[in-house]
Amino acid sequence: MPTPLYAVTTDPLDLDALVKVVTTPPPDVPEEPQAIGPGAITSFVGIVRNENGGRRVLRLEYEGYESLALRAFERIGAETAERWTVRMALHHRLGTLQIGEASVMIAVSSPHRADAFAACRYVIERVKQIVPIWKREYFEGGDMWIEGATADPTDGNARESAYRVAGIG
Amino acid sequence: MGMRVRAPIEWPVSGDPGINMRVNIRLFARLRDIAGAGEIERHVPDGATVRTVWTALATEFPDLMDYETSISTAVNAEYSRMEAPVGEGDEVAFLPPVSGG
Repeated sequence: MPTPLYAVTTDPLDLDALVKVVTTPPPDVPEEPQAIGPGAITSFVGIVRNENGGRRVLRLEYEGYESLALRAFERIGAETAERWTVRMALHHRLGTLQIGEASVMIAVSSPHRADAFAACRYVIERVKQIVPIWKREYFEGGDMWIEGATADPTDGNARESAYRVAGIG
Repeated sequence: MGMRVRAPIEWPVSGDPGINMRVNIRLFARLRDIAGAGEIERHVPDGATVRTVWTALATEFPDLMDYETSISTAVNAEYSRMEAPVGEGDEVAFLPPVSGG
């Protein structure tokens, strides 16, 4: 089965598969001989850190609202395509993850490196803002749900903040 | 039996006239822990909004009130406003602040 651009899965993530899918023309679009192909690939891999806020982290458990998460991924993809000439893939893992395991992977291809870097940075910021996924942290001495941003895809300030972080706002 | 405090809104009984909408409520992360279940079926009156569902739910599980100002809501897996109407069979989700990545 071909790798989807967007996925939420309990399986281990595979960066090679994401890179391949963003550098392979989509099968449903006829290839234009004159189209400019990729000249750069950037990627981001988020992994489980052994520390958070002074706590010694033992493992994380990720939970998600999968159907809405995939729609949020599509939304982020559309936002990214509005701003940059890129092809983007985004996979997030759910379930129990040990220290060092990858929880999220992003791959972006573009004709030029500037777009590839900026779009990749933008995507991870938006993931943190609007994707309905939660981590429960198990640390030495207890466990707790981590709560970050109130998800609101229509919040223009959050989106502007993500553009600023990406270096173009 | 202790004295029962009258709640502002309670779930209507499904046999009541005018009460004919069944909604499937989805709760995640700490909200799920508070309610003790991730999927809950309840009945709401005609004309109910997402807010109607939330208010009744927070009456049933008062610890949810801590999330009154920080939740996001979705109807049928699309982000929604509290004022959005709900219909028969809808999936209504309440989401605490997210922490993916």
